[in-house]
This record gives sequence, structure tokens and C-alpha cells, in this order.
Amino acid sequence: MHEISIAESILEIADEQARAQHARSIQLIKLRLGEFTTIVREALEFAFEIARQGTLAEHAVLEIERVPILVRCAVCDKATQPVAGICLICTVCGFPMEILSGEELQIEYIEVETEEEWSQWNRSQKEVPREQQSESLSRPTS
Amino acid sequence: MEPITEGSAARTTERISVQTNVLNANQQTAAENRQMFEDRNLLVINLMSAPGAGKTTLLEATIRSLEGRCRLAVIEGDLQTDLDAQRIQALGVRSHQITTGTVCHLDARMVARALAVFPVDELDLLVIENVGNLICPASFDLGESLRVVVCSVAEGAEKPRKYPVMFHKANVVLINKIDLAMASDVDLEELEANIRSINPNATVFKLSSRTGVGLSDWTDWLQHAVATRRANVMVGA
Ligand SMILES: [Zn+2]
Repeated sequence: MHEISIAESILEIADEQARAQHARSIQLIKLRLGEFTTIVREALEFAFEIARQGTLAEHAVLEIERVPILVRCAVCDKATQPVAGICLICTVCGFPMEILSGEELQIEYIEVETEEEWSQWNRSQKEVPREQQSESLSRPTS
Repeated sequence: MEPITEGSAARTTERISVQTNVLNANQQTAAENRQMFEDRNLLVINLMSAPGAGKTTLLEATIRSLEGRCRLAVIEGDLQTDLDAQRIQALGVRSHQITTGTVCHLDARMVARALAVFPVDELDLLVIENVGNLICPASFDLGESLRVVVCSVAEGAEKPRKYPVMFHKANVVLINKIDLAMASDVDLEELEANIRSINPNATVFKLSSRTGVGLSDWTDWLQHAVATRRANVMVGA
């Protein structure tokens, strides 16, 4: 069950990003998961449900996009999607093939909930040039 | 997105682009480990297999064969016991046990921590015996120089097709227990072809650590790899 370690890593990354935006909670985590990985989707979803308890992502949806395996022959340049089993030897010319996609394990984006004033404050911070930011970094009072 | 009002506090949902590989943290630590090994011209192998493939017995036979030829040490990953580490120590080889508890693989951080108690400067070869498992360890780079997968004949010819990621990422595949091919009704050629279909670039050895058949092909190759890595010291010095 390495899916537990993976789920914890997902939450760690999402949490760091959410806190940087002063988010109250994480609503959604969008993950791209290649078919040529050792991650079992159901096991990951199960591990995520356990690992998210007590975090900013306590009620978050884990949205998983499956990325199919796509391979390309380095010699004859034919790109194919293997259907039956995984064979990385080109059926056309017999040379080894490289994997173009299917090894992804990537967080694309997260959706977070922020207080309106925070979100306005964040936006205003982005407009302030870097050198002036240090003076205005104190938290806004509500 | 429209702000959602709840009580008096206005809330809003925002999308934050992340674009981050989930295994980034592990890969960073693995890169640090790898740099440390390269700085010392230390060859490191990550030895993986399913439970029962004969990994520890093969390691014992390898150690006996390399005796006097190189200075080696072993990091043992195990869920609970230190039985394997004891077997290695019995051969007079320094070994360190990482007990993973419920975790089914070693990660780069565990190895980095173990390195702190290791005389890495005095070694030519470090073997990391991973937790017996063909799935989980495949995803975790430890910073090793070579990934070596042990696959026993008794597991059947289909094994590489069932665990393609592990076999695809291997640099070396050791087909072990070839003395059991007849008894297991397994065609060695078929097994090797299945490995090649997933990993055309792997170096494959067929051997039996019990009878010793084919063992020297592997250990001579390994000795050569260690010497080649060591030669970098001479060139660099
Ligand atoms: Zn081709």
C-alpha cells in the first residue's frame, strides 16, 4: 500500500499551496495519473479518504484523470497505444520503443476556498512590485 | 467564480495551478543521495524482488564471490525483522537494518538517514536490499546507480508482464533458480523474451545461487562495474 505515502505527499503539496494563498479549505485536487505507474486508483482514493482527515482537504474531492500509455518507436517513428499487454518492442520494425505518456503522477491544480477580503488582499499583493512588498506583508485585520 | 456568502463572511473559490509531480520531494532527496555516491565514486545497487525470489540468498552468494575483490556494505529494508541483516553480518559484512514497519518500500529519505551511520568513504559497493515487493519500490528512486531486479524461475514466465513498471525500470534482471526450470515447467527463453518485451535494454543474467551455475557471470560483471566506477577516482585525481 504505497498509495498511503502517495496520498500523504499529495496532501502535503496541496496544503503548502493552499496555505500560501491563505485558503480556509481545499475543495478539490486535480491529479493526472498515468496508466504506466504502480498506483492503483481505488487504493489511492481509499488512502486519500483516510489521510485527508484533520487537514485543510478534509472535505476535498480527489479528481483523477487517467493518462493512457502512448509509446513511440525511436527508429520508425510510429506512435501507438498498446492495447493488449505492454510490449515496448515495435511491432512494425522490432526496435525498442520509448514511453511518451502514461508515467504521470502530477497535481494539476487545486481549488481552494478563501475569505473574500483575503482573496482581494492577495490580488492586491500581486500588483505591488517586489521591493515594496516587505512593508505591506503584515496580515490585514478584519 | 461567484463568491459564496455564508453568514457575514464572503467566501470565494479559487483555482490554483500546481503542476507538481507528487514524488518531487523523494526525487530531490534521491538526487542528493546520488550526488553523494557520485562524489565518492561509490556504486550503489537497489536490489528488488518479490518475496521468495531468493534475494537474500543471492546476495549472500554474491558477497562470498566478491570477497577480497571489493569493500561492500548492505542496507537491509525489512518490514519487521532484522533476520536478513543478521544473515549478512554473519558473513563479516557490515549491514544496517531499516525497519519500515507498515511501509512497503524504502524511500530516499530512509536511505539518506541510514547513510549517516555508514562509512561511505571506505566502500566500493553499497547494496540496498529493498523490501520484498515488485510494486511499491518501483515508484521510489533511492539515488542508486543500478536497479537490479531478481526474478525466480519458480514465479512463472508471466511475471514480467504482470509487473511491467518494475521490469521496465530495471537496469539488470537476474533470473534466479534456473535449476528449478524443469520442475517449475517454465521455459527460460519465454521468460527472457517477456523481460525483453518490456525492457529491451536490460542486462539479463540466468543463474542459480543454490548451485552456483551462472553466478560468476553476474559477479564478474558487478566487479567490473565497481572497478569502472572506481576508475573515475583515478581519472579525477
Ligand atoms: Zn519501429
